[in-house]
Amino acid sequence: MTEALPHDLDERFRAAAAAEGLLDVAYDIFDDTAMGPLLVGVTERGVCRITFDPDPERELELLARQFGPRVLRSSGPVDRLHKELDEYLEGRRRTFDVEPDLRVQPDFYRRVLAELAQVGYGETTTYGTLAVRAGNPRAARAVGTVMNRNPVPIVLPCHRVVGANGSLTGYGGGLHRKELLLRLEGAIL
Amino acid sequence: MAVAVPPFETFYESHRAEVFRFLRRRLGPDRVEDAFQETFLRALRAYERLEHGEHLRAWALTIANRIVLDDARRRRPQGELPELVTEDGRPAYEELADLTGELPPKERAAVVLRYGYDLTYDEIGTALGSTESAARQAASAGVRRLRKEKK
Repeated sequence: MTEALPHDLDERFRAAAAAEGLLDVAYDIFDDTAMGPLLVGVTERGVCRITFDPDPERELELLARQFGPRVLRSSGPVDRLHKELDEYLEGRRRTFDVEPDLRVQPDFYRRVLAELAQVGYGETTTYGTLAVRAGNPRAARAVGTVMNRNPVPIVLPCHRVVGANGSLTGYGGGLHRKELLLRLEGAIL
Repeated sequence: MAVAVPPFETFYESHRAEVFRFLRRRLGPDRVEDAFQETFLRALRAYERLEHGEHLRAWALTIANRIVLDDARRRRPQGELPELVTEDGRPAYEELADLTGELPPKERAAVVLRYGYDLTYDEIGTALGSTESAARQAASAGVRRLRKEKK
């Protein structure tokens, strides 16, 4: 059809929208990662979302509610994250340079996630230990909830948090992914 | 309750093809691309200020049409008067917007788009999410009402 919207025009608009700084969130879907399809969202401040097996419609509504309605797919702003995730999943990167954007997280979540960020590559810790470090020793269960709702898994390594007896316990993206990530890092065999 | 403003992606995906066809019809293949980009950049700049998500299709087409008019104005040789202009020199759509303030919204939109922007009834039907004949009826009902008010 001669009147169909040309693909390159569509892409040019998406790039211009990001370049003019008009977006609350730029997102993209990486279909072909070792972790399956990932939806990633980036604001001017950093990475605000990584979702496994995304339902895009639902994710966009959520991002719009949290960060503002100007949510648009645009690959430029997420390029760096894409590259870092690829490198990490290929075993060529141990830490992320992209910053998480946690501004919409409640205080307690932010404190716990800040402690989580300190858990290094190939290490594991427990929910109880994180609770202590976040200043609330009795909140192990609440820490579990924070891990489950981690807005930026992989970049903030909730897969490195396990039960006190060493069992993997659970993972927002499914236990098989937690196992894959820990094996990638050599934390389990 | 008012319809919430959808994520911009949803708005863009719903209307980009139609806006592109509209602009291509009005401007031709050489100028459509810049106009398309400008239409959605303008929409994006104003998007935060939208209070509800109703009539977004008409909104998108109105922005596109304004860009067509701007384009026509820029390209017109100096000294030549624009076609759609009223006695005091204001663009017709501006004057019409004032004159039609009292009309019911649908009639007002039809009158302004027909006589201010020179859209066809087919395009107006599309913009308002109804049909060509409904647009024709709304415009003529609006004109009749304006005549009555003037008396």
